[in-house]
Amino acid sequence: MVKVTIMGALRHAIDGKAEVEVEASTFKELIDKLSAEYPGLKPQIDRGVSLAVDGRIYREAWLTPIGEAREVVLMPYMKGG
Amino acid sequence: MAFDETKHDYKVIGTRPVRPDGIDKVTGRALYGADLSAPGMLTAAILRSPHAHAKIVKIDTSKAEAMAGVKAVVTSRDFGLPEDQDLRDTQDNCMARDKVLYDGHAVAAVAAINAQVAKAALKAIEVEYEKLPHVIDVDDAMKGDAPLVLEGRALETVPEGWSQNVTNYCEFGHGDLDDGFARADLIVERSFKTGATHQGYIEPHACLASMGPDGRGELWCCTQGQYMVREVCAGIMEIEASQLKVTPSEIGGGFGGKTTVFIEPVALALSRKAGRPVKLVMTREEVFRASGPTIHSSTDVKIGMTKDGTITAARADLRYSGGCYPNGTCEMGAQAAFAPYDLKAVRTYGWNALTNRPKEISYRAPGAPTAIYAVESVVDEMCQKLGLDPVDVRLKNAADKGTKSSYGVTFEDIGLKATLEAAKAHPHYTAPLGPNQGRGLSCGFWFNFGGNASVTLSVNTDGTVNVTEGNPDIGGSRASISMIAAEELGIGYDRVRTIVADTTSIGHSDTTDGSRVTFTVGLATIKAARDAKTKMCARAAALWGIDPEAVEWVDGAAQPSGPNAGKFPPMSLAEIAAVSFQTGGPIAGHHESNADGAGVSFGVHLCDIEVDPETGASKVVRYTVFQDAGKAIHPDYVEGQLQGGAVQGIGWALNEEYIYGEDGILQNPGFLDYRVPVASDLPPIDTVILEVPNPGHPYGVRGVGETSIVPPLAAIANAMSRGAGVRLTQLPMSPPRVLSALMAKG
Amino acid sequence: MKSIPVSTTVNGDAVDFVCAPGETLLDALRNRLSLTGAKEGCGTGDCGACSVTLNGRLVCSCLVLAAEAEGAEVGTVEGMADHDKLHVLQQSFLDHAALQCGICTPGILVASKALLEENPEPTDEEVRYWLAGNLCRCTGYDKIVRAVQDAAAKMRSA
Repeated sequence: MVKVTIMGALRHAIDGKAEVEVEASTFKELIDKLSAEYPGLKPQIDRGVSLAVDGRIYREAWLTPIGEAREVVLMPYMKGG
Repeated sequence: MAFDETKHDYKVIGTRPVRPDGIDKVTGRALYGADLSAPGMLTAAILRSPHAHAKIVKIDTSKAEAMAGVKAVVTSRDFGLPEDQDLRDTQDNCMARDKVLYDGHAVAAVAAINAQVAKAALKAIEVEYEKLPHVIDVDDAMKGDAPLVLEGRALETVPEGWSQNVTNYCEFGHGDLDDGFARADLIVERSFKTGATHQGYIEPHACLASMGPDGRGELWCCTQGQYMVREVCAGIMEIEASQLKVTPSEIGGGFGGKTTVFIEPVALALSRKAGRPVKLVMTREEVFRASGPTIHSSTDVKIGMTKDGTITAARADLRYSGGCYPNGTCEMGAQAAFAPYDLKAVRTYGWNALTNRPKEISYRAPGAPTAIYAVESVVDEMCQKLGLDPVDVRLKNAADKGTKSSYGVTFEDIGLKATLEAAKAHPHYTAPLGPNQGRGLSCGFWFNFGGNASVTLSVNTDGTVNVTEGNPDIGGSRASISMIAAEELGIGYDRVRTIVADTTSIGHSDTTDGSRVTFTVGLATIKAARDAKTKMCARAAALWGIDPEAVEWVDGAAQPSGPNAGKFPPMSLAEIAAVSFQTGGPIAGHHESNADGAGVSFGVHLCDIEVDPETGASKVVRYTVFQDAGKAIHPDYVEGQLQGGAVQGIGWALNEEYIYGEDGILQNPGFLDYRVPVASDLPPIDTVILEVPNPGHPYGVRGVGETSIVPPLAAIANAMSRGAGVRLTQLPMSPPRVLSALMAKG
Repeated sequence: MKSIPVSTTVNGDAVDFVCAPGETLLDALRNRLSLTGAKEGCGTGDCGACSVTLNGRLVCSCLVLAAEAEGAEVGTVEGMADHDKLHVLQQSFLDHAALQCGICTPGILVASKALLEENPEPTDEEVRYWLAGNLCRCTGYDKIVRAVQDAAAKMRSA
């Protein structure tokens, strides 16, 4: 199980909690399970999310392993200038 | 052979060679967006809305079409309706469909035999508008009774009760705010407003499009991302990506403003209709009216602090408007606002509201400068009130390795404390100040990104190397990439030539944005070079008749890895390359990946300003930038990023602003009235590069391009407060605003 | 309207072209003579990217009519190097990394050359005020001023 921190604006979709636990070994498994278990997260996930795993930000990297991660944070899809 | 993941003894990295594209750029030979012509080429021009908000009732193009020399006229009717909402917004921004949403919104375009005919034809197009009420200010736009820019665009995350103009909402942070504020000795709460600014690249958007009726096309344009242009234009033109070849010209500045399209689909549509190549170049007025300004903002910040300078709680409410379409820049502002601080209780809230302004596009660290301006202004005010040293207070609360950031991520190795300590130790920090002068400082931050890159490294038989990559070189990246290839291969910088390829010559690379190129393309170049070295070691092994695993690459040559491997003299890259046809064929290394591990970047700016009490005019008299670069590949171009970003921030702080009239019309669409800093406004910009290695890169590289625009806004506001005794909470701090603050103070 | 024939000298070469009465010198250089080194950044004389010399005087070529070049001597960035030898200023801009995107560079080089012809030993402040009509959005001008001063020193000792 990995504990995932969910950004504030999406917490309404997870009963007001700040974190959820999900059985997932990769970014892809994580977002699939989050979408299935918490349908309120699906629109944001479909629009795009970034994932921070132990301090590093990943964009779209579905196969990133997260099974051993100490910290997983779901973030909005990030862009720069 | 195996490679060490990290490298520390450099021969090329850290030196300052001349950039490979330099001679073309000092002799006028370099070709930018508007510099290419084609046989039979037509010239295009765009008709734009004179209203801030209006329904398009009718467009009659028949008179223009009938004019001699006019070869094609297009309106939104000439485009399909993409399914994807973002793509539909981009297309609508290029050519308005039902409504014009801002002054300058495109409604029709003409291609003609020359510019004079094209301009005359625009006048012959008749557009019937039905004017609608407009809204320009973000706070007005969020109110329940505001005119609606678009309807039904609010994301599901937006709480009920707001105007439909509110499209995005976000929230970040952790800890117990009430408890934190209860423990504070001093609580300061302030509201700030910042104007929208423009990236201000000197090269207007320009392209040359050639498209046949079979849907095959070519496009030459100035862009930060040729693959982005290809995907977006192919989507809008309803053709397959492979059928559109996009070649990036040299790019005359972007700063985020060339990470989308404004005119390219229009030129393609005109070319398809006319059956001839079409050149389309924006005027400067069009650049201001219809291409990417930043958000403008309205922000509340509340911070609690104990007498010794410990921040106990912090909250920011950020209301951004990115113009007439939804955007998520408020998310980045809300995540960046308190990034420099290690806080037990922090919360940030962000909103985006639609206004009748042009569509926002990224500008260097999008969302961060305005957020950090507000936070760093309040922190400075609290230092003044409590009589504390501003560097000490920041050091006391500074984020460090292991800090859980305000946006939820725990930091790896970061350089904030190192930059603060460097600032404190620098002679600038304690230098005496003259009359009417003040000194301010501010921290800055940007996330930095990795992303997709494709690199091919070809070894030529004469011992030289070509690197082919897909990211437009906006500030010297071809030099950095060549240096990285030379370093890895153990050959001279002058043996490597790096080119930026068109979309058909190498695989996808993400746009040049997010301070990602030196990190991401550099990483791919390292891996492509290592791939080539493995292949060259194998060739040497085959010639020597030994196991490839028993060969290693040292100082630009393959050699047996130990006495047991056999005794053979090293074979240099040139020697292996010279016989490559005889040993299996041409040698190339390549690498394609979606990179992660981009390290965040912190900076601290220190500035002295002098305020004229008679006029309210202020001048920056001394400026020093401290920034963590992780590892500076080419220090000249790192310094250049720090200096350029600082000066753009100085412009944002003191002069630059989109000014609208009551009628919603932009009043200053030109460099005379939208005043960017000129040479005589500025002192030298000194730089101090810190190198706290990014653990996510073998050389420790961090992106450096964006952080530098973040601190100047607050650094200057703080200097003004300390020098002139007035704390301005609205940007820009233009002379009239400063003067009225001085007069109010008495 | 009738086109106007113009005979002029550009970078020492005699050239003829025809232009529209309202056509700018910048457009004529770029579109009729294929000298695209001068850039149009604004078209209103505010950015200096189109700087050229007209009879030795620094001008914004977007504010000069092409017809005004009749009988004149025009100098552009393309005429700065002597065959394969770069002008001292050009080399100095390379050595000091005084350009990032490079779009303003031709105009700034032409303007700097005009400055040093008039004032071979300018102060930093004089360089900054002379170049105040040439916008650069990338560099913050720091390295540009250093490059001009280094070139000036080299030209004085040459």
